[in-house]
Amino acid sequence: MGLMPRPDTTVTTYDPASHESWIATRLDFLVNWSRANSLWPMPFGTACCAIEFMATAASRFDLARFGMERMSFSPRQADVLICAGRVPFKLAPVLRRIWQQMPQPKWCISMGACASSGGMFDNYAVVQGIDTIIPVDVYVPGCPPRPEGLMYGIMLLQEKVKRERMGDTRLRQEIEPDPTSGLYIPPQAIDELSEPFGNSVHQTRSGL
Amino acid sequence: MSAPASFTPVMPGSAAPEAPAPTTPKRVPNRGGTPNPSAAAIAAQFPGAVVRTEVIWGETNVYVDRARVLDIVRWLHDDPSQRYDYLSDVTAVEFRDPEQPMQVVWHLRSLPYRRFLRLKAELPKGEPLEVPSVWSVYKGADWLERECYDMFGIRFAGHADLRRILMWEQYHEGHPLRKDFPLRGRFSRAEQLRQALAANPEARYSMEELTIAQAFEDIPEDMQRRLAKGERTGE
Ligand code: SF4
Repeated sequence: MGLMPRPDTTVTTYDPASHESWIATRLDFLVNWSRANSLWPMPFGTACCAIEFMATAASRFDLARFGMERMSFSPRQADVLICAGRVPFKLAPVLRRIWQQMPQPKWCISMGACASSGGMFDNYAVVQGIDTIIPVDVYVPGCPPRPEGLMYGIMLLQEKVKRERMGDTRLRQEIEPDPTSGLYIPPQAIDELSEPFGNSVHQTRSGL
Repeated sequence: MSAPASFTPVMPGSAAPEAPAPTTPKRVPNRGGTPNPSAAAIAAQFPGAVVRTEVIWGETNVYVDRARVLDIVRWLHDDPSQRYDYLSDVTAVEFRDPEQPMQVVWHLRSLPYRRFLRLKAELPKGEPLEVPSVWSVYKGADWLERECYDMFGIRFAGHADLRRILMWEQYHEGHPLRKDFPLRGRFSRAEQLRQALAANPEARYSMEELTIAQAFEDIPEDMQRRLAKGERTGE
């Protein structure tokens, strides 16, 4: 943390007979450890992936093991937004607003092919990846991802949280959307991110 | 103690006494079969309004003159020998073959007589896509017609509140289910996203919707005031 220089010369004596318990650690480590193990998810379930998310939260897979059993249905008490399912354009401003309502520190998991890239819905109605609306920390592939997949994503996020350093100024920065367009990444980048790929390259377009 | 009332399969006010018993149709031919008696009744009641009638997979399609749709539907709903009390769908069909006219389709069901009738009206090429709204007969037509307008651009004359329902109201790329609409939309992805993010998600409830949901009391005061003044979209 670096608020005080390390007191090199301090001599601490510990008397085992006193039965006092204490622990010495890095504040970074302690804070990250507690954060990573009590991430409160904000479930943003819009489609089939949300069913798999519910399965992950239920007893067989048991999100409680990760300290995540408390679903936060208010974004104001949430730490991690789990976007499970496809996001239509009509929902884009809602997702953006929910993200902005979450207080720092916050993270985002994009669950499934649709949330991450639009998936098979390369059409007029579906956002081609929620990373064009909000920043995403972990993408979980799959259609839908199995609960193990989501849990692996959550564990990756925990890794990421545990590696954060308080001195890192790049963290905890709110996204600043462009005031005129509302986009937070350049339009060219969005077009490039949403380029059709795979089978949808050959998708016929109505030419009448 | 009196004996319990015997079980009556026909509830008062549902099926009419002379209605046929429900059956499971078997070996239904693709074309042909007994038409729904209402088809002949319409032809008798509205001379010249029925263009043609066909029976497909045991269901009767009646093609009618689009200008008379409202009269026919109202009669089907009100007449004691018809009593079509349930409108299950309003939709439209556009064919890939450019010669074929677009069709608007009404699915009507008579619960008392256990009948199903499909009314169709063809919209000739080159004329405005407009048919009468049946909202004054069935209140349930409200959202069905709005959806049909949103997806196909068909105007329902007489609908009190014809707005988009699936796409947001400011959406102006066109009507997505039309054959000339490109699957990915007309604008670039960035432009689509820009327009979508500019929409105000809280401002698209009409007074009617809020009254239906009885949510009016729960919304912020300034929004109540704006809506009470007749503002529709706030944008
Ligand atoms: S990725 Fe598959 S399971 Fe998930 S929302 Fe999309 S279609 Fe549904």
